[in-house]
Amino acid sequence: MALDITKILKSKKKSLFEDWMKNQLSNEGLREDLVSNEDLRAQSEELINILLQTLTPENLSDPSSASFDPVLEILSGIAIVRAQQGFSPRETGLFVISLKEALLARLQEEVKDNPIAIFEESLKLNRVMDHFIINSFETFIKGREEVILRQTDEIAEISTPVIRIWDGILALPIIGTLDSSRTQIIMESLLNEIVATGSSITILDISGVPAVDSLVAQHLIKTVSATRLMGAECIISGIRPEIAQTIVHLGIELTNIVTKATLASALRYAFQTLNLQVRKAGTQNATNQ
Amino acid sequence: MDKIPILRMGPFLLVTIQVDLYDRLALNLEADLVQMVSKTGAKGVLIDISAVSIVDSFMGRIIGNIANMSRILDAETVVVGMQPAVAITLVELGLPLKGVYTALDVEKGMNLLRSKISLVEDEDVNEEDDNIPV
Repeated sequence: MALDITKILKSKKKSLFEDWMKNQLSNEGLREDLVSNEDLRAQSEELINILLQTLTPENLSDPSSASFDPVLEILSGIAIVRAQQGFSPRETGLFVISLKEALLARLQEEVKDNPIAIFEESLKLNRVMDHFIINSFETFIKGREEVILRQTDEIAEISTPVIRIWDGILALPIIGTLDSSRTQIIMESLLNEIVATGSSITILDISGVPAVDSLVAQHLIKTVSATRLMGAECIISGIRPEIAQTIVHLGIELTNIVTKATLASALRYAFQTLNLQVRKAGTQNATNQ
Repeated sequence: MDKIPILRMGPFLLVTIQVDLYDRLALNLEADLVQMVSKTGAKGVLIDISAVSIVDSFMGRIIGNIANMSRILDAETVVVGMQPAVAITLVELGLPLKGVYTALDVEKGMNLLRSKISLVEDEDVNEEDDNIPV
């Protein structure tokens, strides 16, 4: 007679659930700070209900069966939420592993007289549960990657502020490495700001750029050319001595671009171009008299 | 057949492109403009492309050509009102339009042309003094 462990497990749902909860709560990796006991109970109950509902003798031997989709769906939901809440992979994995342990322990207790059959059935159950564990890991990592991606986007947004420092003068401090996608964002926001404010001078400050190689220089030149096409002048400031050395050693041609050592001297140049003068209040009075 | 009007404003010629340029139209503009420059003896050409939202390498070249041709005929060319997307496209196409003056809007472009003209006149006056600012 074939042993139907799914029936056994289904009939012992209540005690299985308690075993599992005990396993989870006794685990020292339990994160009560991240998820409350009630939430954990609710999550676990939902999962075990669906799992025991879908488990049949047929799909037990086929872990990739489509009938497990509802289980995987719930599991992925839990894994993604855990990834966003900051659980470690180990804690997420243990959630399913402790369920597996509870299931196997219960089986061992219930079927004592038929060791060969229980071994075979346990193997199958193991395979199914391992499939779930791998799946929850995959979704967990996917969730983490989404978090990273979102942060990258946010950094890119935050790190390119176009500042209007004077009527007709824009400044753009660049912080961090310049790659193609960032240059694109910088260029777009700068050009749009030029149109919006009608500025005729922009200052690109690269004091926050750790290194300038030929690719970065290429991107800078592109930005300068684009601003020039718009009808504004572009000054590059904040060139550190090491960067000046690298630029010359690499043989990068920056001769037809106005470059200044500091933002202050770039600003002074911009004032000169716009025929503006900055004076101390006292000296202005003196000239007026 | 569409034609882009070329307006005369004192010593300058004003061209405002209000439609998306296709190749034939651009070539006609090039020919008309050069004719007009030589006929009127204009000192400057102002091209307003603020309504142009699509540009390709051919268009970029035509604009560069017009500027170079006008310079040979002793007229400076200023391109004004280029849209950000157009500027990025031209740079990505490797056409930074060297030798073409640019300005943000028509007003600034006109000022630029006037200053270029007065500079040239100053040079004429100062020729004997031999102290032209470099």
